[in-house]
Amino acid sequence: MTSIANESGNAGAARIHVAIPYHLRNLAGVDGEVLLEVAPPVTLRNVLNALESRYPMLRGTIRDYATGERRAFLRFFACEEDWSLNSPDEELPESVASGKEPLLIIGAIAGG
Amino acid sequence: MSSVRVLAGTRKGGFVLTSDGKRKDWKVDGPFFAGWEIYHMKGSEADPNRIYASQTSGWFGQLIQRSDDGGRTWRQPGLKPGDPDMTAFPDKAPNRFLYDTSSETGKPLTTHQWYDGTQHPWEFKRVWHIEPSLTDPDTVYAGVEDAALFRSTDGGESWHELSGLRGHGTGSQWAPGAGGMGVHTIIPDATNPRRMYIAISAAGAFRTDDGGSTWKPINQGLRSQYIPDPKAEIGHCVHHVAMHRSRPEVLFMQKHWDVMRTDNAGESWHEVSGNLPTDFGFAIDVHAHEPETIYVVPIKSDSEHFPIEGKLRVYRSRTGGNEWEPLAKGLPERDCYVNVLRDAMAVDRLDQCGIYFGTTGGQVYASPDSGETWAPIVRDLPAVFSVEVQTLN
Repeated sequence: MTSIANESGNAGAARIHVAIPYHLRNLAGVDGEVLLEVAPPVTLRNVLNALESRYPMLRGTIRDYATGERRAFLRFFACEEDWSLNSPDEELPESVASGKEPLLIIGAIAGG
Repeated sequence: MSSVRVLAGTRKGGFVLTSDGKRKDWKVDGPFFAGWEIYHMKGSEADPNRIYASQTSGWFGQLIQRSDDGGRTWRQPGLKPGDPDMTAFPDKAPNRFLYDTSSETGKPLTTHQWYDGTQHPWEFKRVWHIEPSLTDPDTVYAGVEDAALFRSTDGGESWHELSGLRGHGTGSQWAPGAGGMGVHTIIPDATNPRRMYIAISAAGAFRTDDGGSTWKPINQGLRSQYIPDPKAEIGHCVHHVAMHRSRPEVLFMQKHWDVMRTDNAGESWHEVSGNLPTDFGFAIDVHAHEPETIYVVPIKSDSEHFPIEGKLRVYRSRTGGNEWEPLAKGLPERDCYVNVLRDAMAVDRLDQCGIYFGTTGGQVYASPDSGETWAPIVRDLPAVFSVEVQTLN
């Protein structure tokens, strides 16, 4: 199930699918992928800003407050490519920006 | 009729255990925040329905949760229940713990000592201990790792550092132990709202007499053979400190080794380990009605960190230390290799004082008769980090 967020009717906004880890879904109270409207350019930073604006209970859980950096046990994937170390201001692939492919936020496996 | 509510923070969630004044039959609610580490949960004395919880994760960082109905429902302060459409916070958030870096008070507080003796930046990791104000349910203190003290005056919606602690002069010399460097003990003085004690692993104990603006180390008399200068002003691995509210200048300390006592608000300490089988341990607490009756759980060390000979025993002193007696009735007499962590012991205030502690094996034990007999409330929780008790009328 996809949660549709921020139905603002903004004609210029892209509709982005974001998959977030289980515990963050619980915090946000959503069941499946989140659908966000993101004003262009569709960058990692803008998607995360939109996600945290829509779900403020997630603020600080993906990016550290003090540094703004991605938390060490989380990684970002787009179109099967690891974007974790890319610039947050780099535009995401067209497939993500057009909503065909989700941006994946994935937690490290606990191991064992 | 009076009742008790036990708040157990565990490695995989929080639990609320309730019973009537007999403390025989228990109701177990939880896990709350399943899968997250709940370092500490504590209720407000000014409003017992107000409970704060420290929820943390290696993946997702720190959250603060708050209940306003005695632990039945929880939310992150500042977020309206059932209102996910709320826009983002402007400049505050219930899980934002930013060190003071202001030019006036925070600028020098940039580094502390690392394991190898070099200087290392302060990095917020988690909240170890939450201490609600004794008089205002919206005022609450948080002891954090890396060691610092924060305060919220809006019910946990925002937090601000009391940077005088890190900035009093020795902060750059503080160093973590193997378990980190955190403020784990916060003790307000009920008779003097401007006085508060805190303790840090592995820096020592500190006191403020001006409401948290300035602090002083109170470690004179401590002896720690594991640091270069055993009598140093700071560097002592204090595990926990306890106080009876009627005598706020008398403190009892369980140090890495040694059980210590001060009768002058920490100006000087003396050892009261006496006949304990080992004076290593983590937890320590004081009987609710007998200021000279104290409890510890001796633990074998170095590094074993389980009860001696596999026998779980609480030791009680009714003389303010030195003379100790084992309390074992109802506790495991063999094959017990759990630990009892620093914040995992508490007492209730019923006429017959109840004593409680949790173990890393997931048991929470209760004694309704000041330690004479014990029985488990629950046996199979995740590892217990903390136990607090609310006495409800």
